[in-house]
Amino acid sequence: MESKGLNLTLKIWRQENAKAKGKFVTYEVKNISPDCSFLEMLDQLNETLVEKFEMPVCFDHDCREGICGMCSLYINGRPHGNDSGVTTCQLHMRKFKDGDTIYIEPWRAKAFPVIRDLVVDRSAFDKIIQAGGYVSVNTGGVPDANAIAIRKENADLAMDAAQCIGCGACVAACKNASAMLFVSAKVSHLALLPQGKIEAKERVEAMVSRMDELGFGNCSNTGACEAECPKEIKITNIARLNREYICSKLG
Amino acid sequence: MSLNSKIPSGPLEQKWSYYKSHQNLVNPANKRKLDVIVVGTGLAGASAAASLGELGFNVKVFCYQDSPRRAHSIAAQGGINAAKNYPNDGDSVYRLFYDTIKGGDYRAREANVYRLAEVSGNIIDQCVAQGVPFAREYGGLLDNRSFGGAQVSRTFYARGQTGQQLLLGAYSALSRQIEKGTVKMYNRTEMLDVVLVDGKARGIITRNLVTGAIERHFGHAVVLATGGYGNVFFLSTNAMGSNGSAAMQAYRRGAYFANPCFAQIHPTCIPVHGDYQSKLTLMSESLRNDGRIWVPKDKTVSEKLRKGLMKPTDVKEEDRDYYLERRYPAFGNLVPRDVASRAAKERCDAGYGVGATGLAVYLDFSTAIQRLGKHVIEERYGNLFQMYEKIVDENPYETPMMIYPAIHYTMGGIWVDYELMTTIPGLYAIGEANFSDHGANRLGASALMQGLADGYFILPYTIQNYLAGEIRTPRMSTDAAEFVKTEAEVKERIKKIINIKGKHSVDSFHKRLGHIMWEYVGMGRTRESLTKAIELIVALRAEYWKEVYVPGTNDEFNPELEKALRVADFLELGEMMARDALNREESCGGHFREEYQTEDGEALRNDDKFMYASAWEYKGDAAPEMHKEPLNYEFIEVKQRNYK
Amino acid sequence: MSNLVNSSIGKKLMMGLAGLFLCAFLLVHLGINLLILLNDGGEAYRMGVEFMTTNILIKIMEIFLFGGFLLHIVYAIYVQVQNWFARPIRYAKTNHSQTSFFSKYMIHTGVIIGIFLVLHFINFYFVKLGIVAVPEGAEGKHDFYNMVLNLFKNPVYSWIYVVFMIGLAFHLNHAFQSAFQTLGWNHKKYTPIINFVGTAYSIVVPAGFAIIPIYVLYIM
Repeated sequence: MESKGLNLTLKIWRQENAKAKGKFVTYEVKNISPDCSFLEMLDQLNETLVEKFEMPVCFDHDCREGICGMCSLYINGRPHGNDSGVTTCQLHMRKFKDGDTIYIEPWRAKAFPVIRDLVVDRSAFDKIIQAGGYVSVNTGGVPDANAIAIRKENADLAMDAAQCIGCGACVAACKNASAMLFVSAKVSHLALLPQGKIEAKERVEAMVSRMDELGFGNCSNTGACEAECPKEIKITNIARLNREYICSKLG
Repeated sequence: MSLNSKIPSGPLEQKWSYYKSHQNLVNPANKRKLDVIVVGTGLAGASAAASLGELGFNVKVFCYQDSPRRAHSIAAQGGINAAKNYPNDGDSVYRLFYDTIKGGDYRAREANVYRLAEVSGNIIDQCVAQGVPFAREYGGLLDNRSFGGAQVSRTFYARGQTGQQLLLGAYSALSRQIEKGTVKMYNRTEMLDVVLVDGKARGIITRNLVTGAIERHFGHAVVLATGGYGNVFFLSTNAMGSNGSAAMQAYRRGAYFANPCFAQIHPTCIPVHGDYQSKLTLMSESLRNDGRIWVPKDKTVSEKLRKGLMKPTDVKEEDRDYYLERRYPAFGNLVPRDVASRAAKERCDAGYGVGATGLAVYLDFSTAIQRLGKHVIEERYGNLFQMYEKIVDENPYETPMMIYPAIHYTMGGIWVDYELMTTIPGLYAIGEANFSDHGANRLGASALMQGLADGYFILPYTIQNYLAGEIRTPRMSTDAAEFVKTEAEVKERIKKIINIKGKHSVDSFHKRLGHIMWEYVGMGRTRESLTKAIELIVALRAEYWKEVYVPGTNDEFNPELEKALRVADFLELGEMMARDALNREESCGGHFREEYQTEDGEALRNDDKFMYASAWEYKGDAAPEMHKEPLNYEFIEVKQRNYK
Repeated sequence: MSNLVNSSIGKKLMMGLAGLFLCAFLLVHLGINLLILLNDGGEAYRMGVEFMTTNILIKIMEIFLFGGFLLHIVYAIYVQVQNWFARPIRYAKTNHSQTSFFSKYMIHTGVIIGIFLVLHFINFYFVKLGIVAVPEGAEGKHDFYNMVLNLFKNPVYSWIYVVFMIGLAFHLNHAFQSAFQTLGWNHKKYTPIINFVGTAYSIVVPAGFAIIPIYVLYIM
């Protein structure tokens, strides 16, 4: 437990508001415990900034256990940093070495404009879900939960896709800032279940068309999204999305 | 004002159906003319907003996060209870009701809890229809697991992410209504006050967290679904942004605050490991299905383990004290949370604790791995094990996990009647924000059940009973004097806190408050500790309003200002918790007064004097006044809780 | 249907289909080119060329072929420009994500192939059409055999040709598998087969083309 603290150089994107011009600012942090999380390291930086009566670095975060999808950060060229299957709040400082220089940038995409510093606006994702990422049932009047049996394999695949936390790492990692992995996760989750099949056609068309309107790029099957997804959602879902979409348009 | 819980008369199992068939309803044409404000988008808020939108009301929803999908319900891992009796193991609505009342140590309202158990099955039906991918058996039907405090398997789950899947279900229903235009969503917007007109809740004042704009919103009714206040303790399993401010604003405007001292300490969290720590991570209670909790029988062994001179796997089977199995043979490792937490504290206080700090016990899967094979354990808890390994850097398949209790959930909250209405007409509180269903201790997998029960199946009915009387109230202009005045007060409060320009950060105060709470209002409370806590909190609050430093201005994205306003409220809430705990001279559920325990260290209730819910009324600078809502158990025989 | 052409997925679908069609064409083209290796004084090759330049079906297919190229290129540019617009401010630190390597450079390898195509047209197709004069050593505008030999006897030209083929290999390596992914073909049993075929194709076809200049230069 008595491991040596890390001294690090941070190069952090600071931008006062959406319209302001941003720049990288260099900070030094000292004696950071390797057992603390990346965000706790930033907390410590912010504490020192407040002590100096400066504005702390703004970044999105909430649950700090890798499930809310609020934390972001593009760390040394990788969304959520250099560990796989984690969000930034689950990234631990033991992944860094003493003396490292760390670049911290916000997600970059036209559809995710910067609000302040490292905080971006991801409401585009909400808009995509609003276009059709649901089963159109009202509260009440539904059949018994066990009325329809579902193949375990399909239920498991649906769950794999449904684990998406909507953090936007897929968009951030994609060289084209494409949202296909996000959209495909929701389309797959619902297309794999009998409850979702009924309006699968309308759903996929509406969600893809909303995605296109919002200014995301096109998928070029590079696979960066899959590599960076903290929930390790597979690009086989993108193939399923393509299939659903093409069949829906042709059918 | 005397408290009227408005419980319908008649036999327990007919109260809810009687209520529904006799309540007032609003006809479809009038629904369009009525505005409802919902604050919070967790399970309760999102499900309520979606359901109200579907019914045809005009709904406005607010959340402080960037998206409604981020609410902290998402972090619930283990599952959701429902009296479906699919496994055919003897479950029933009555049994779920009984377990919940007993689990809550006979401090919850019978009628509410029965209704909760009654609608629990509908929740599962609803969620499956929405496409929630619950775990299934190979035959294609839903799987169940067991949870603490129950002898049946009634917990539905979606791997270790049940809360996420249920919230995404509610979020999808909400999104559908947003698209339809029945619901208007305001994200990154925080409620800062309730507006009362002629004694009724008529709207809220909010702050746009991106621009800092202070805005006024009108509603014929206001619903608070703002969650619990566990973050009073600074370190808790709550999200960083979870706060008690909406509840405090309601409280200051006249809503009573009930049972504030009832906070749940969750037994299976990853132990604290440093001063820089910002939150505690929960490991799902479901782990106790297969994990066995132990410490060494010999203190000297514990000491060697603390110093790293020995590994836990070196401790022989006969030298391990499986203290839960020893003390509670009937429930073993599956005793309710409060019991398990206290037992862990007892062992650690007695010097048997492990880990570098001595504040940890082992949760061991070696027996289960031997019995079931690694792959079964991996399938059941794979993601939890992975999460543990990421944080602690130890492999729980090979070495036992270390766990310690942490603040998790607050059973206390805004006082509500049977209709979920607070003491302010037109102001409702649902989900964790209210106090009604869990008594002094909540059973595992019941928070999700209550949030969704309130949001999908209870509030959409009961609110109509009130709104039916409001169909002649036209939409009010937010230029009305009451709105202007409340807004001015909010702005004044913000100005005041920014202008302190003291020397210390908001977080430094919050951490100090957390230490006071954990030390003196934590798992074991005494008259002395609570008196001391009140003293310390009052002093800390005074210092806060002199010494806190909030950088920046109101007119910008300013997370420090958000925190500052929340911590100001926590400093009042903490005091109220201590006052309530001091008043309650008994031990029950999550509230353990060391003066009141049985000879073998179990909680000792005092039903003669404390069989009531305490509801605190705000009295400005003076001490709050307590009102009692007596709890009458007409249908259940009150017993001492026994998990032996 | 209109979205099938304009939507993001539709554009990729068009590109993928055109690409797969071009892949099929490459096989035919390679088959005829390899006839040069027969060392029969070009007889088989001439017959192949004769068939390709006169058969009516091939003539019709040629229109589709040009259409395919055009579609593939136009969509590629359109999609690429859109992709650039999707991230107006770029990262300071280049991306370190684990990705399929060649996929990141499709536009670059595409441009290389485009340049090659221009060269290729000047050397052969425009000669056939009479836009470019018949080069020295060839017996008329249909004598591709001698045109090929003359060009490949120049080591500089031959090695440039080989380099272009490496560019083509890089492009095809991602393109083949990617097209199936775009078509929605992803299956835990069959995708590994497609990936294997794709990789094999991307190595064998350009290698087949590249063998010819080396053969002409060093063996013939």
